[in-house]
Amino acid sequence: MIISIASGKGGTGKTTVATNLALSLEGVQLIDCDVEEPNANIFLNAPIHERKEISVDIPKIDKTLCDFCGKCSEFCMYNALAVVPTDILVFPELCHSCGGCKLVCPWNAISWDKRVVGLIEHGMADGLDFYHGLLNVGEIQAIPVIKALKRRITRDKRVILDAPPGTSCPVIEAVNGSDYCILVTEPTPFGLHDLKLAVEVIRYLKIPFGVIINRDGIGYRKVEDYCQKEKIPILMKIPHSEKIANLYSNGIPFVTELPEWRQRFCDLFNKIQAEVKK
Amino acid sequence: MKQVTVISGKGGTGKTSITAAFASLANNAVLADCDVDAADLHLILKPRVLESTIFHGLKIAHINKDRCIGCKKCYELCNFDAIDEDINLITEACEGCGVCAYVCPVDAITMVERESGIAYISETRFGPMAHARLNTAEEASGKLVTVVRNNAKMIAQEKKKELIIIDGPPGIGCPVISSLTGVDLVLIVTEPTLSAIHDFDRILGVAHYFHLRAVVCINKYDINTENTKKIESYCNKKNIEIVGKLPYDSVVTDAMVDEKTIIEFSKGEIAERISKMWTKITGKLFN
Repeated sequence: MIISIASGKGGTGKTTVATNLALSLEGVQLIDCDVEEPNANIFLNAPIHERKEISVDIPKIDKTLCDFCGKCSEFCMYNALAVVPTDILVFPELCHSCGGCKLVCPWNAISWDKRVVGLIEHGMADGLDFYHGLLNVGEIQAIPVIKALKRRITRDKRVILDAPPGTSCPVIEAVNGSDYCILVTEPTPFGLHDLKLAVEVIRYLKIPFGVIINRDGIGYRKVEDYCQKEKIPILMKIPHSEKIANLYSNGIPFVTELPEWRQRFCDLFNKIQAEVKK
Repeated sequence: MKQVTVISGKGGTGKTSITAAFASLANNAVLADCDVDAADLHLILKPRVLESTIFHGLKIAHINKDRCIGCKKCYELCNFDAIDEDINLITEACEGCGVCAYVCPVDAITMVERESGIAYISETRFGPMAHARLNTAEEASGKLVTVVRNNAKMIAQEKKKELIIIDGPPGIGCPVISSLTGVDLVLIVTEPTLSAIHDFDRILGVAHYFHLRAVVCINKYDINTENTKKIESYCNKKNIEIVGKLPYDSVVTDAMVDEKTIIEFSKGEIAERISKMWTKITGKLFN
């Protein structure tokens, strides 16, 4: 079973939920798909024993074959190629690796070069199978790194995917294909507004979902009112507590210090499993 | 005209609350919300929309099933897995490259315009604002950020505004880079948690990668004074100025619930510290 954890708004507690849930269960594979800012391993400290660079294909031009006809640059939707009368320029950071330029080239002047955009790492922490990805600084394309991570999914494990914030392409890439999605929010106007956006995305993808309210007690009650009205289950409330905030700030998963929460996360998982099997 | 972007790497460190407070303090500025996929600044600034324009991001494939002969060339050559084996388009995976339309032997696929969002030009109680809304499950948020920034520049020129204040998205990828390129100053809002410190390091790397001048605000600095010291010594070592340290204060959430900026809502310590920080920032921009 694959459970993804998303939020819309950043900083609501996705990683808190992902890591504490993972540590409360057996047979878990946790994959941190927030490749722009991965934080899960701050809480897990899994020793990394495998590293793999992730690269994408970019065009390599054989200038002895190219006659600068411009067909490739005309075709490229991303402006990654520019042809001038006697030269051709490639802008690798704009390339989406669609392969179109090679297809349209009448002279077979284009082949593929690899361009490294990030890496994925694998580690084990107390039986927990852990992966995360790191987009290289200055790169714009998180998708290939997220795709590489998702190829490592071991379906017969309890897979937990920690998604990036927002509602656009990297989030969709991360959560798509999961059996259930937990949306983590906080009871504030920003939290509610972005929760509504996230709900739209998850409904669009037709993934069953529920909400966890983090920092319960701050802000207002409108998040609960909204969930009630929309018939969205509130799976758990994590209270606004100095103790939990302090543990978070030091990179300590709170279930290790507040063990009564382990059972709550187990119950949460069982509830979700029952819901998915329905 | 000067531009400053508020950014953080990690989400939820307080970018938007601080940007809204700056809107209260700035005299002659245009506001730009560049977090187009989870925009929140409008919840506080309550913009009155003057102009909205449909944003066409990348094109999208349209498959005419009546013409399709089932040769599967499009399925085989799509590098985005956006066409399934039964030749149905998976909308959210399509990046509009046009390969499928090119290889289709019977012209069953055409590339069509795709409405990916709406860009707005608005008026707020603090001056003009450029913002946008990316549609559900759409791509090209970086492009939409560029539209917002161009709108902000256009308004600034028209109305002779001397400053654009940009609220950036979380992360370090495509929309973040679009929010940062070419600005005069980057304010990185961080907090004394190990996660935020880790992310701070990466977003600072991005700022340096694009040769941008960065200053730092430590939000909620008193929730973990040990970690705050770590940030301070790190900034010291890297020669990056800390322009403000803000305490944890429930007033920030109260102001948000009341749909006001912190400056409008409170005369307390945090409001005072934000004002001081703003004076420092404008000093850097204009002196």
